[in-house]
Amino acid sequence: MTVQLKPKPFDPFRLLLQYQESRLAPGSYGATASFIGTMRDFNQGDSVKRLFLEHYPGMTERELEKIIAEARQRWAFLEALVAHRVGDIFPGEPIVLVVVWSVHRGPAFDACRYIMEALKSRAPFWKKEKLPHKERWVSNDENLQN
Amino acid sequence: MPGIFVSEACQFEGCNFMTIRVRLFASLSEQWQIDQKTIQLKEGQTVAAVWREITGESLPDSILMAVNMEYARPDTPVKAGDEVAFFPPVTGG
Repeated sequence: MTVQLKPKPFDPFRLLLQYQESRLAPGSYGATASFIGTMRDFNQGDSVKRLFLEHYPGMTERELEKIIAEARQRWAFLEALVAHRVGDIFPGEPIVLVVVWSVHRGPAFDACRYIMEALKSRAPFWKKEKLPHKERWVSNDENLQN
Repeated sequence: MPGIFVSEACQFEGCNFMTIRVRLFASLSEQWQIDQKTIQLKEGQTVAAVWREITGESLPDSILMAVNMEYARPDTPVKAGDEVAFFPPVTGG
């Protein structure tokens, strides 16, 4: 079970594969569910040039670890990986990766969804959008829908 | 003499003041122009009292708070050496 905060752009597919090869024995898992969140260049009808992602070092990692631990109480899975960008992000760049490995598909799908939804509502991250002529903090209501 | 020089007095046993580290994030940090700050507060106070001490206002419902990096509530007690954080609803993912 691993949480990674990424200050620089990362390739979620490469990270998934590297993690899988280093942590899971071939033949031990039958299901891999993943979610990747990627930055759009539009939001609320506006063009977005850049995103700044602030976090609370220490608490953010701790909250993500708690979320994974909660998921483990509810579903039997073998491994989970959460990677999340911080700092400046540009359109097209991945923001978040959640991967869950399990024996069968049910726990992988369910735990992946649970971890992602809990991250959205509880993990201390805040997005600030750079629009062509101004900057604005993203509101929680609209972020939960997107 | 305790009570006259608060910060010095607090180094002695039996003092009624405690030191708290306060942190603000995102829009709150910009609004109050505070990133982090150390304050002296009377013992036996709550998170809501920390907010009142730094802003002079009562704590709005929409704000989230944490003590020592664990989610807390306005009535959560604070003790000497605690880190108390205030932040807007989160928007990660």
